Amino acid sequence: MADDQKGAEAAIKLVGLRRVYGERAALEDVSLETAVGDSLVVLGPNGAGKTTLLRILATLLRPTGGEVRVLGCKLPDEAWKLRGRIGYLGHEPLLYRDLSGRENLRFHAKLHGITGARAEARIEELLDAVKLSHRGDERTFEFSAGMRQRLAICRCVLHEPELLLLDEPDSNLDIEGREIAHTLIGPGLGHTRVVVTHDPERHLPEADQVLRLDVNEPAAAR
Amino acid sequence: MGADPSMYGKGLRPLSIATPVAFAITLSLVFFYAPIEADQGFLQKIFYLHVPLAITALCGFIVGGIFAVLHLRRDDPRYDAYSYVSIHISVIYACGALLTGSIWAKGSWGHWWVWNEPTLVSFLIVFLLYATYYPFRYAIEDRQRQARYASVFAITAGAFVPLNFLAVRMSESLVHPRVFATAEGGLPGSMLLTFLCSIASMALLWTTLVKFELSAKSAQGQLKRLRRALDAPTGPPTSRIAPEVH
Amino acid sequence: MTPSRTAFAAILGKDLRAELRTLQSLPAMALFAVTSFVIFRFGLNRTSLSGSLAAGVLWATLLFAAVLGINRLFVAEREEGGFDAIRLAPIDRSVLFTAKVAALIIYLAALEVIAVPIFAVFFLNSAAALPPLIVVLLLADIGLASAGTLISSMAVNSRARDLLVPLVLLPLVVPLMIAATAATEPLMLLGGVSYHRFGTWLMVLGLYDLIFALLGYAVFDFLLED
Repeated sequence: MADDQKGAEAAIKLVGLRRVYGERAALEDVSLETAVGDSLVVLGPNGAGKTTLLRILATLLRPTGGEVRVLGCKLPDEAWKLRGRIGYLGHEPLLYRDLSGRENLRFHAKLHGITGARAEARIEELLDAVKLSHRGDERTFEFSAGMRQRLAICRCVLHEPELLLLDEPDSNLDIEGREIAHTLIGPGLGHTRVVVTHDPERHLPEADQVLRLDVNEPAAAR
Repeated sequence: MGADPSMYGKGLRPLSIATPVAFAITLSLVFFYAPIEADQGFLQKIFYLHVPLAITALCGFIVGGIFAVLHLRRDDPRYDAYSYVSIHISVIYACGALLTGSIWAKGSWGHWWVWNEPTLVSFLIVFLLYATYYPFRYAIEDRQRQARYASVFAITAGAFVPLNFLAVRMSESLVHPRVFATAEGGLPGSMLLTFLCSIASMALLWTTLVKFELSAKSAQGQLKRLRRALDAPTGPPTSRIAPEVH
Repeated sequence: MTPSRTAFAAILGKDLRAELRTLQSLPAMALFAVTSFVIFRFGLNRTSLSGSLAAGVLWATLLFAAVLGINRLFVAEREEGGFDAIRLAPIDRSVLFTAKVAALIIYLAALEVIAVPIFAVFFLNSAAALPPLIVVLLLADIGLASAGTLISSMAVNSRARDLLVPLVLLPLVVPLMIAATAATEPLMLLGGVSYHRFGTWLMVLGLYDLIFALLGYAVFDFLLED
């Protein structure tokens, strides 16, 4: 098709995406195309389905209808090809409270097939970037919310994903934290980003595309 | 988009006629044709009720397991409904089998329950397991997850049944005589005929009840959707466990 | 895709590390078992046990203690979004099943290392039953761990999750218990160790293990879907 011939297939392509929970449609007829390296910002009131959209892109939820293509993989059938190329930062940090920061990162690294010296080097690099090196061996149970968020950001980019899916990435972060986040998951670093946010002022300037979701209305990105 | 509402009802009329006819035939065979057994007397005739109930219940559980496999593989919610209803009717049959078994035990052995009858005991365990199907389903809130987990349960329970019968049977020491020896060995021709008729009747009734319940649920589902489309109140909240049938 | 043995080692290692650090399940299970022995001593009004009574008390206690551990098996995954972490990873999801079964077998073995000798000291005349008992324990642990992991993974996502495991698991492990007690009973007879039908019952245990391990492995992928 024309896209392939252009040599630049869209990172994300949605046509009429639908997700239904029982009788309720959380997402209805969402269509968009996001180019590689672009930032898509998703806005909308609570309950509009922003998190649902993100989770579908992350292969954590199956779409009920419509066409979904992420990084060239058709969901849900080719979801297995996609895992490992996505970095997901959700509401929960996905950290085990009884393990230390380093142990958590080692665990996630191993799950992604990164082991040994290479893993250690990458972990130290990231802990350094978020300024948590000195607390890397404490149980995450003792971390503050901001520290947990910073560690979660490390976890998110540990395996150098092509696509970042960020659900309110700045939550719990102070100004310094946000700057740090910017260096790891900000725009212009080569990855494609989808950012769900409640803070349009902060994120709109960096957006190449904006998707506004409203409860019960079809949506297309502008 | 929804299935033809008469879809489940198809065949319901001939079935509802065939079933009582089959039972009429069976009962007349039981009372007028089958001989009275020497050892246990008239009460032995409850065998024609008890064993077919048990066999049909077990087959029903296995059918429920098969539908569950289909549900997981084809991701079609209708199979979840079939599985649920199959298990539902089979659990009722299992109750019946336990009650008739108990009556038979009281009649021939003097006790309402006997532990040295392996089939009865196995049945009790199978019944106890399937009885947990309902609190299990009820405890899972998300509908889709509930259906998926219920299918896993039905498959696991289906695999469990033969294993259970094997273990219980083996645990019976050969010293204790079987209470209900009639099911073993050869049955004289007249008893066999009556027995087979009874099984056929039970199976017919099972199928009729399953279709009946599916039709009722389907109608309920249709009604609810119509009401919702008209923005009218959808009536009393439907059951949390029974899957919606479309 | 990450190779399965790497993922398996990661998950098992994580679980054991967390358990060793917090010691949530093991001490509770062991303590529960020993206290149950005391309750049985008084409940049955016996100071020594043999044969079927001994086998029954031992296995009933081990089973109920196991349920305590099984209840907690997936709690960390559930509370801290761990399921998501595993579902996002490029791994074969059935590895979560095998890793958890392995972890549970280790917990059960640790429980038995403590509880069984104490049981022998409390109630048995001799320790002759113990060596052959090890085989029975091992086979039973595999079956119990497989069925337990399967049920626990579903129960953790429900309301009343502490009730669901005992409710559904107990009937499910009846064949396992039948086989385990039947194999154990002749080992604990007053007259000395006997191997009456020992091999047969071990085979029944093995059959149970095979069926439930395969079943769990096969359906686990469906359980982690959403």
